[in-house]
Amino acid sequence: MHDLLIAPFVEFGFLRRALVGCLALSVSAPVLGVFLVLRRMSLTADVLAHGALPGVALGFLLAGLSAPVLWFGGLVAGLVVAVGAGALSRATGGREDATLAALYLVALGLGVALVSMGGSAADLSHILFGSVLGVDDAALLLMAGVASVTLVVLAFAWRPLVLECFDPAFAAAAGAQGGAWHLVFQGLVVVNVLSAFQALGTLMAVGLMMLPAIASRHWAREVGGMAYAAVGIAVGSSLAGILVSYHLDVPTGPAIVLVAGAAWVVSVLAGPVDGLLPRLVRRGHLAG
Amino acid sequence: MSARREPAGLVLENVTLAHGRRPAVHHVSGRFAPGSLTAVVGPNGAGKTTLLRALAGLHRPESGRIAHEGTARIALLPQLAALDRAFPIACLDVVMQGLWPRIGAFRGVPEGERARAAQALAAVGLAGFERRPVGSLSAGQTQRLLFARLLVQDADILLLDEPFNAVDARTSADLLRLVRDWHGEGRTVVAVLHDLDLVAREFPETLLIARDAIAWGPTRQALSAANRLKARMMAEAWSEEAEHCHRAA
Repeated sequence: MHDLLIAPFVEFGFLRRALVGCLALSVSAPVLGVFLVLRRMSLTADVLAHGALPGVALGFLLAGLSAPVLWFGGLVAGLVVAVGAGALSRATGGREDATLAALYLVALGLGVALVSMGGSAADLSHILFGSVLGVDDAALLLMAGVASVTLVVLAFAWRPLVLECFDPAFAAAAGAQGGAWHLVFQGLVVVNVLSAFQALGTLMAVGLMMLPAIASRHWAREVGGMAYAAVGIAVGSSLAGILVSYHLDVPTGPAIVLVAGAAWVVSVLAGPVDGLLPRLVRRGHLAG
Repeated sequence: MSARREPAGLVLENVTLAHGRRPAVHHVSGRFAPGSLTAVVGPNGAGKTTLLRALAGLHRPESGRIAHEGTARIALLPQLAALDRAFPIACLDVVMQGLWPRIGAFRGVPEGERARAAQALAAVGLAGFERRPVGSLSAGQTQRLLFARLLVQDADILLLDEPFNAVDARTSADLLRLVRDWHGEGRTVVAVLHDLDLVAREFPETLLIARDAIAWGPTRQALSAANRLKARMMAEAWSEEAEHCHRAA
């Protein structure tokens, strides 16, 4: 047991760093995921992650695998895609999801092309799928900083975000500045996705954000409870995922995402809210 | 609730509201007097919802002006369909959203407001529903819940968009009683309605609108047979050849 669960972290510093980084990510990203699900924007985070790729690639071409440069490049590209898609669809009257899809396909193609031009297949795989080895001290500080900032901002943005999701017309009439809060929210999503790049890679960065969030609705009936459930699932998935990755020699990104996916399947089957199995147990109806 | 209040009204000065270049509300002038209780009626597509949104400050007039008399707090009850009823939130938390104009995003919930929100729930017949998720409510119960939020909001001007749609007779009777109370307290109430019998019975003033204001005044005159016929004549389809409107802005 000790060998299986604890020894790897005692023995290897890089595993400890990866764990701390993923735990930091696990307390902030899933909460954003819950709001993305509630706003019917489940795919938006994915689009932002891919949209950030050309920026990451440019950073890589200029500075190699240096976390701050990659991060800054991704931040700029991600914000351009996020804000650009909204502005473009408003200006042309198109649907925002269609514009996002167009932008992210272009961005993904451009990103992969750029990385391939300047680097090896190993570099490409590192950027696409992530690597625990990539979580150096700079990356770790970044992930912890992003998580801290996200939690503080969310504490202030909670009320307007809930109001804006639930009843946009009321929010607007009450002067709740829904548009401004939406921008803040998108900004948080972008930085969290980027923070996930190091450990999970660009392709699966949003796994830890979305899967626990989607699973959480089977565990709670209110937004707050869903946020706690999502964070719990994410923390467990990070820990288990890193161990799986170490023992079975799978890249961390896919390992963590698969564990989170398993948690989602369990939630769908056995979760107390709208789970499938509880429905099979016929307990008769209540008296009134 | 607060007994004396500043009288607050709304004045429309030659207001045109457009979607793109198509007018939804065309050169309308008039006044919702402080303390008045007005029904807004008219065929589908007559611009009723657009007018209400403009009164709430959510739709900028293409031309003309909407002036506020007094420093009014305005509350809007959107159509039930505009709401995400599957959103995971408890009834009491929805009612407390009515505190927004006073506490905004950051300030704490003042002493006693939680109890007041629970009282508001009881006042609309939803006592004991505090922790119930909104998704478990029927359409009628949801409308009661939104009225409880209006009670907490304590606004001077209330704009209600089809408040009695999709609710049963008892619910609409209960909600109507609240509207009467608001009127009695000197609040200004504007409600979009389809039930003309109800309007004739309960609403002293009526604005009959079919893009243009057909009539605006005491309900009996506004809903005369001649006016109702005129409203029905409004072409719902717009003309592709419509020319630029040259009426003075």
